[in-house]
Amino acid sequence: MRSSVIVFPASNCDRDASVALEDITGTKPTMVWHAESTVPDCDLILLPGGFSFGDYLRSGAMAAQSPIMKDVIAKAKSGVPVLGICNGFQVLVESELLPGALMRNRDIKFLCKDVQLKVERNDTIFTSKYDAGEIITIPIAHHDGNYFASEDKLKQLEDEGRVAFRYVNEIGEATPEANPNGSQNNIAGIYSKSMKVLGLMPHPERLISNELGGTDGRGLFESLVEALH
Amino acid sequence: MSDTNLISETAIPEPVAITDELIAEHGLSDDEYKHLLEIIGREPSSTELGIFSVMWSEHCSYKSSRYHLKKLPVDGPQVIQGPGENAGVVDLGDGQAAVFKMESHNHPSYIEPFQGAATGVGGIMRDVFTMGARPVANLNALRFGEPDHAKTSHLVNGVVAGIAAYGNCMGVPTVGGETNFDKRYNQNILVNAMCIGLADTDKIFYSAAKGVGLPVVYVGSKTGRDGIHGATMASAEFDEQTDEKRPTVQVGDPFTEKLLLEACLELMSSDAIIAIQDMGAAGLTSSSVEMADKGGVGFTMNLDKVPQRERGMTAYEMMLSESQERMLMVLKPGSEPAAKAIFDKWDLDFAVIGETTNTGRLIVHHKGVIEANLPVATLADSAPEYQRPFVKTPEAPQVAPSDIPASEDVLGTLKTLMSGPHLCSRRWIYEQYDHMVMGDTVQRPGGDAAVVRVHGTNKGLASATDVTPRYCYADPYEGGKQAVVETWRNITAVGAKPLAITNCLNFGNPTREEIMGQFVGCLEGMGDACRALDYPIVSGNVSLYNETNGIGIPPTPAIGGIGLIDDIATQATVALQDEGDVLIVVGETNGHVGQSLYQELQTGEFNGAPPAVDLEVERKHGDAIRTLITEGRLKAVHDTSDGGLLVTVAEMCLAGKIGAQLSDISGNIPAGSFWFGEDQGRYVISIAASDSEALLADLAAKGIAAYQIGIATGKEISIAGDGSLPLEQLSEEFEAYLPNLLA
Repeated sequence: MRSSVIVFPASNCDRDASVALEDITGTKPTMVWHAESTVPDCDLILLPGGFSFGDYLRSGAMAAQSPIMKDVIAKAKSGVPVLGICNGFQVLVESELLPGALMRNRDIKFLCKDVQLKVERNDTIFTSKYDAGEIITIPIAHHDGNYFASEDKLKQLEDEGRVAFRYVNEIGEATPEANPNGSQNNIAGIYSKSMKVLGLMPHPERLISNELGGTDGRGLFESLVEALH
Repeated sequence: MSDTNLISETAIPEPVAITDELIAEHGLSDDEYKHLLEIIGREPSSTELGIFSVMWSEHCSYKSSRYHLKKLPVDGPQVIQGPGENAGVVDLGDGQAAVFKMESHNHPSYIEPFQGAATGVGGIMRDVFTMGARPVANLNALRFGEPDHAKTSHLVNGVVAGIAAYGNCMGVPTVGGETNFDKRYNQNILVNAMCIGLADTDKIFYSAAKGVGLPVVYVGSKTGRDGIHGATMASAEFDEQTDEKRPTVQVGDPFTEKLLLEACLELMSSDAIIAIQDMGAAGLTSSSVEMADKGGVGFTMNLDKVPQRERGMTAYEMMLSESQERMLMVLKPGSEPAAKAIFDKWDLDFAVIGETTNTGRLIVHHKGVIEANLPVATLADSAPEYQRPFVKTPEAPQVAPSDIPASEDVLGTLKTLMSGPHLCSRRWIYEQYDHMVMGDTVQRPGGDAAVVRVHGTNKGLASATDVTPRYCYADPYEGGKQAVVETWRNITAVGAKPLAITNCLNFGNPTREEIMGQFVGCLEGMGDACRALDYPIVSGNVSLYNETNGIGIPPTPAIGGIGLIDDIATQATVALQDEGDVLIVVGETNGHVGQSLYQELQTGEFNGAPPAVDLEVERKHGDAIRTLITEGRLKAVHDTSDGGLLVTVAEMCLAGKIGAQLSDISGNIPAGSFWFGEDQGRYVISIAASDSEALLADLAAKGIAAYQIGIATGKEISIAGDGSLPLEQLSEEFEAYLPNLLA
């Protein structure tokens, strides 16, 4: 499985993503600088976490205008799977590959901690290695992860089964206490209509070995390997 | 240099009209000004006066502290670079080195907490990557005023958010540190930031600009008027006009620094750089003088070439600006185009602003005029050095357990202590820091020491910051020893071999004899501890004048230590692991209550002598614990410090979510003093029941006191004959204090 990691100025989880991809897919990804005009032919495009352009404007807004994004959008529309993690999710929303917006966290503060997520469905290229309804532990680390969409859009996302992950408590309930940032419907990640683009705030690439505190993040990459090898 | 518009280098700059007021504004004493006149043999220009004022400021010259700093141990087989460079460098084996330093940003953080703390973090990271190291871990040591002081919540919120904003954007995990609250910091908070980087031992960069005719290159952000006289501000006391100093606080731009980091590391992978130095305190002045002095050369610079953010800046302003995210480099001739291409890629300024010369002088041109023409070596070495008079801190009396009212409810006292400002959970703080980015954090905040994996290996780098200011205030010598030893214990408790330390020496006004006495006492204690533990000091910083209207902070020599774990598979954590494991305290418990948190709770104040540190015992106990961890015999380890034995056990229970059934082995020591006394040299360990007898025997054979105190079990902490405390209840109150205080 060949993957490309897009590197924006002040991306900072690009190396972590690369380490996880190499570990789990067996192949080192190509690192693609944002000023390039084309993404090399590949099976997966990954937009990593970080603070692209300092996030001095709305998070991800500047990166969405980077030269490389034209080709990312074109390839996504032609069916190449795209995974956006954290800042990458924000870029996907700002580029309108995914609907909605990511606002400042409910409590105004940056938040870095492990959270529990419910895997809403396991019939996608990103989640086949999990059970449907499985509760997994994945860390978050963000300031702007409070997912918002209009009422119609939200209903459409729910009706079409496009919520990928939800913040839940130990027994799988999407309670306000389990919601770290105020996201509507406890949404932690969503799919595009094609189910080939996934954006999520939590960092699966951070929990891929027991030394780091867990392996629940591996399933996402292992699912991709199974689907795209 | 090749520019034809530069005038003769023998020209003398226009003198400024000197008044007593002008000299005082520059923080120079009358004697220092006379010394200046002797050195240059004429009246200075305004730019030259500015240059002298920052070079001779306490912050840059260490004029009050240098004499004593020279007595600290700085050598060891592991030391590659000791004090004197941007950061210290320690060998990690396998061709790799740790580059680290801690620095204060106290004065700016009080005036403008967010930016003050943010730029403190930015500055210390620059110190580390200037030497060729990629920063891999940040820590911080913070001291605030009493919790209910009107400004405390504002200051904590601002400082923590500022540290988070800078470190998180840089993508460097903030993995550890400490926070204290004490009314003596009401008017002078302390923000000490530490950074650790990893470098290859054959790719470490230094600041000595050796060679003549080499290009002097400015990279990074443009220069503005921010931070002018920051170093001078940091060398004076606060008073009622402190708020007016807000304009001397710099504004941080972590985005630019992230680009600067990547650009510098990219350039460092070539062989273009001869010398490099970050522009920190005293900006272009200090960086150019230090680089020229260490290289034994002169610098001629044309300020017209300096990238500028504002119009109409004078030479004085450019030489003294403390604009952030800037570096000065000396490159190999001919490498400029390739170097510039890298900085262009990262959208950063790159400007050749001068060259190295054989004149031995710092010559500053601006708009066709020579604004400064000074001898480099004299400028660097002629700073005054004061052996300020001091009085030794009077010896504090010992406090006996019977001198304070005894707790009648030990578990109630435990709950009160752990739900208060000194011992409550620091989760509200560390969850605002990205402590996992870079994918190598193998021990997150909350334990004894943070551990990050050395990327791509199984080795672990352990780090911790510590000092107990109330001990230092009561007995500077013992307190100085204890600060060093506590980092050593914390690093030992995760299974690492302690390697070396950095420090931030935060004190009051050194012209007061009792403050100088604290300084001298603490340094003597630190030095003795470092020597006894083979744990040298490789970098650091001194912050004096932490006073407002004549009231100083308690002496606060914050120590940052690092250590190495050969294989992270054998590291230890504080979390209890299994039901039925046996809890053992290593080290003697004598119920020392002087300066303990228990004493404050029972009497309303800290009094008497702090616990004494026996360095020989510390080393014996620590070495034994480390060996046991490496052998895989221990299941959890926690060093005993603030709050004593029962707090140690409770923290292990909370981390492991397992309770403890404790025996009453206090003997003839009152129970409260036994459980909460702060005797040094102790650890609590947990071990499989099947190995506990053998372990006790092994320790006894080494002459190490160790006693079984209970077993890990259930969901509550209980002491025989003294009831029980449900963990869930303790946890709730432990976690609630800071959010309630700071929300």
